[in-house]
Amino acid sequence: MTILGLLIPVSLLLGGIGLAAFLWSLRSNQYDDLEGDAARILFDEADRPRD
Amino acid sequence: MRDTGPVADDTLAQAGCCPTGLAARLAADRMGAAGAARWVRPATQDAVALDLMAPGINCAACMSAIETGVSNLPGVVSARVNLSMRRVRVLFDPARVTADAILTRMAALGYEARPFDARAMAEIDRDAVGRDLLARLGVAGFAMMNVMLLSVAVWSGAEAATRDMMHWISGLIALPAIAFAGVPFFRSALGALRGGRVNMDVPISLAVVLAVGVSVYETAHSGEHAYFDAGISLVFFLLIGRYLDHRTRAVARSAAAELTALSARAATVIGPDGSRAPVAIEDLATGALVEVLPGERIPADGRIEWGASDLDRSMVTGETTPEPVAPGAAVHAGMLNLSGPLHLRVGATGEATLLAEIARMIEAAERGKTRYDRWADKASRQYVWGVHVMSCAAFGGWMWATGGDVYRSVMIAAAVLIITCPCALGLAVPAVHAVAGGRLFRRGIFLKDGAVLERLAEVRMVVFDKTGTLTEGRPALVAAPAAGDPVWPLAAALAGASRHPLAQALAEAARARGIVPAALDAVTEVPGAGVEGRLGAMRLRLGRADWVGAAGGDATAVWGRAGDGAPTAFAFEDRLREDAAQTVAWLKARGLRVALFSGDAEGPVARAAAAAGIADARARMTPAAKLAALEALARDGVKVLMVGDGINDAPSLAAAHASMSPVAASDVSRAAAGLVFTGQRLGPVRFAIETARAARARAVENFAFSALYNVVAVPVALFGFVTPLIAALSMSGSSIVVTLNALRIRRGEG
Repeated sequence: MTILGLLIPVSLLLGGIGLAAFLWSLRSNQYDDLEGDAARILFDEADRPRD
Repeated sequence: MRDTGPVADDTLAQAGCCPTGLAARLAADRMGAAGAARWVRPATQDAVALDLMAPGINCAACMSAIETGVSNLPGVVSARVNLSMRRVRVLFDPARVTADAILTRMAALGYEARPFDARAMAEIDRDAVGRDLLARLGVAGFAMMNVMLLSVAVWSGAEAATRDMMHWISGLIALPAIAFAGVPFFRSALGALRGGRVNMDVPISLAVVLAVGVSVYETAHSGEHAYFDAGISLVFFLLIGRYLDHRTRAVARSAAAELTALSARAATVIGPDGSRAPVAIEDLATGALVEVLPGERIPADGRIEWGASDLDRSMVTGETTPEPVAPGAAVHAGMLNLSGPLHLRVGATGEATLLAEIARMIEAAERGKTRYDRWADKASRQYVWGVHVMSCAAFGGWMWATGGDVYRSVMIAAAVLIITCPCALGLAVPAVHAVAGGRLFRRGIFLKDGAVLERLAEVRMVVFDKTGTLTEGRPALVAAPAAGDPVWPLAAALAGASRHPLAQALAEAARARGIVPAALDAVTEVPGAGVEGRLGAMRLRLGRADWVGAAGGDATAVWGRAGDGAPTAFAFEDRLREDAAQTVAWLKARGLRVALFSGDAEGPVARAAAAAGIADARARMTPAAKLAALEALARDGVKVLMVGDGINDAPSLAAAHASMSPVAASDVSRAAAGLVFTGQRLGPVRFAIETARAARARAVENFAFSALYNVVAVPVALFGFVTPLIAALSMSGSSIVVTLNALRIRRGEG
């Protein structure tokens, strides 16, 4: 069971990274136009975000 | 429950992507001189920004068409579409391109675009509360996942020291997460308790706090059952409901604010020295002299000082026949100046202005209407009491049965609170409203608050206004000489020189018949009369019957006369919206009563009613008469949906059980109506009723499901059989079921 001592911190760390990424995306206005961003991936041109 | 069949093809076709043909032409017609420069604001060093609202944007192809189309204009730095909000932000170099040119390009692309004041919207767009809720939701989600992972180990049989360790780690994750994520519930519960009330958040907070408290005690005593996972998932699911509820309200609020931002307009004030300056309409002082050019609306009630013209009164009274005006005439705000420039002395009418009178009637109508109690709120109030009584009973009962085993009794009471989980309840209605609101928004229908949906589902009768609502509010040629008649090229040439709506409709009809306008030697417009031209020695006239020298009839008509020849009549009528008859037939098929209340004369009203298939048509109704008729219906218990656009409809819109306005309506009507729809068709009325009924059906089902769930789960909890595993499963299961059920509203959408 000592492996738990390693696995639990690892799982928490990975989850924490996910949480941090979510909070970062929230702060950098990435939820302002969800429908538009979903459609934009279909465009040939403009393959990088503007603004 | 199956009262909402799939949406018929015709309404789907209307929502279909990207306006083409007719829609594009209509959009172009509506634009005209806009003076959009007023809405431009500085953005970067060498570019300015213009924010546009374009309700017609609805797919990826629209985005790319607009972004490329507008960016191609020389001088435009960038054009960025926000598809969720149906808005476009254009950055451009003011030295190289004008705001009006951008609007013209949008119209050419086929999109009706209106500039609005982005600064007024900034507060709503930033949406601090929404972000705060999302951040808490993220934290709760993270904690729930991790606690669940650890719980799986416990459920699969971890024992002794391992189980204790799992519990301790769960606690370490769950406690701070709940302390952060649960704040919205704790705050609202405290607020309610302080005010001596009980709301949904009280049992929620109690359940969370009890679950965590009991679990800490269990963990410290190496106990078997810890409810950290139940506590945090309760918070997670309820936050989803809270967030959806917030979104629905935020979207409704922003729709209302956008409509307000749209209606801010300027009037041109003439100074004592003859200078012209734009002044916001709200700031117009009594006694100011205002210039009103042809094509503009009268900005305020007043008296004409100078000039001669015709006024289109349809927005104010519902009458379609233009009225000639001369100096001294009293005019009302909202009338459209048709043919000549006018100078207007504001507020010189002395007696009460029409708008003030309308505002008084709206206020009285709103005061008279009983406050609407949303049935979802009523249901949850009952529920809250039930939950408290039940868990108290559980605590008391177990204390008595076990002879005072406090620990056991608290555990059971906590389990009852957790299992009766208002999760499903907290999600049931917000999820339904969010899905229904989103569905309406995608179809260009703006909801101004959530209760409107519930009211709309209850209506039993629909009352339409005629001019601009049932009809397009634009004249169309109905009787004219045959296309080969020699009068046509002359009439087309004269009509093309005027901005009068009848002349424009005539010119358009000539184009549609493939008639080439004749080349005339001279053309002059005579305000209030018509257009006069000269071809060689022959005098040509197109205009009012008496001016041309003809005997005018009752119908709206323009008369043409070449030299001393016999006058020819071109008769016009305000055409019904394309799908008006279809919509009325659908409403009648659904058992709804349909009526037409108009301020126009008997003749046009009877013709429109016959064409639309409405039997109950009333003509020459003043705003007060419309209001009185609606109040009489309300007294008989008939719940009415009022659909109207004019200033004269505003009091009835405020008084009706539910109300809708087209987006082209007068500002007061848009403000008074609960729903505002875009587009040239009447289909949105049907679509909104369908959606509201579907939403109501789904909400009732969700409540029924929650009740059924509790009937099964509560006895299990009361008898102490609930383990953390059962609590976690039932809670997530019921939440997912109600959410999926809410999503069924979208059935039939692509």
